[in-house]
Amino acid sequence: MLAPGLAHFLVVGAVLFALGTYTVITRTNAVGILLGVELILNAANVNFVAFQRFNPSPLLTGQVFSLFVIVLAAAEAAVALAIVLAIFMTVKTIDVTQSSTLKE
Amino acid sequence: MAQTSQKPSRYAEVLLGVVLLVVVVAFVFWMFASQVLPGLAPVAAQGAGLARPSDLLFYLIAAVAIVAGAGVAFSRSIIYAALSLLAALLAIGALFIYLNADYVAVSQLLVYVGGVLVLILFAVMLTSKIGDKAHTNPSTGVLPGIGLTVALIAVLGYVAAKSPWISQPNAITPAQTARTIGDLFLKEYLLPFEVASLVLLATLIGAVVIARKEMKE
Repeated sequence: MLAPGLAHFLVVGAVLFALGTYTVITRTNAVGILLGVELILNAANVNFVAFQRFNPSPLLTGQVFSLFVIVLAAAEAAVALAIVLAIFMTVKTIDVTQSSTLKE
Repeated sequence: MAQTSQKPSRYAEVLLGVVLLVVVVAFVFWMFASQVLPGLAPVAAQGAGLARPSDLLFYLIAAVAIVAGAGVAFSRSIIYAALSLLAALLAIGALFIYLNADYVAVSQLLVYVGGVLVLILFAVMLTSKIGDKAHTNPSTGVLPGIGLTVALIAVLGYVAAKSPWISQPNAITPAQTARTIGDLFLKEYLLPFEVASLVLLATLIGAVVIARKEMKE
């Protein structure tokens, strides 16, 4: 019970996922929402690596998956932040409750 | 006028959040009383002497990760939220090392802490006027959000703790991970690997185009 097993890591991942969901739901700052998305992706990564660690098969597929997640998260962050910059230049705010149009 | 029309919806929001919170707290209490307490007695009888230092290290790292995640979720300032994300990413990297995934941990350190976080801080500096307002990270719908968060933690935690997972340690030692991952990338996962490089190229071009169009204006 005390030694960390699979369930402990899954609970940590679940808590991080819930906190990320809360961030995405409640923030109105676009960059804050992106922080929540990064938190959710990392929670998924914790689950991937934990399942791989406690799986008896001698393959590292879980770690390969988490590497793909890291790569795609980097791509997502770059594009999303470029879009945030573009929105800021156009609407002069990154409050997602105030910028509801796609062009001026 | 706007305030009077906004008041009822605000009250409804608060009421909904309170009701959700009560339901969730009742569920958690029921779960704790019926499921956790019976299992707790034998563990307490065995004593805390079973805990090894490495186990305590895991709990320390997990606590840092969760507290930093809460900092991201609840911080009033966007800069503090970004720096909390830095702490959370470092703690998750430490969890990866704890799970014998050293290559993933190093990638996490290089890509996230070295790349994504710096990018986020740049975006914060370029967009929000720091020092303009006391809190640059406003939030809306806090109570329903908290209700949903507690419900998510309760349900996912219950599933994670109660499911009969296969739980045998993997035979691969840390010395083999980089080699095995390299083999997997260049054999089984060669096509996704190449597609990922294409995605990165498209991202590079797309980000430059999207951000540059506005600079000319």
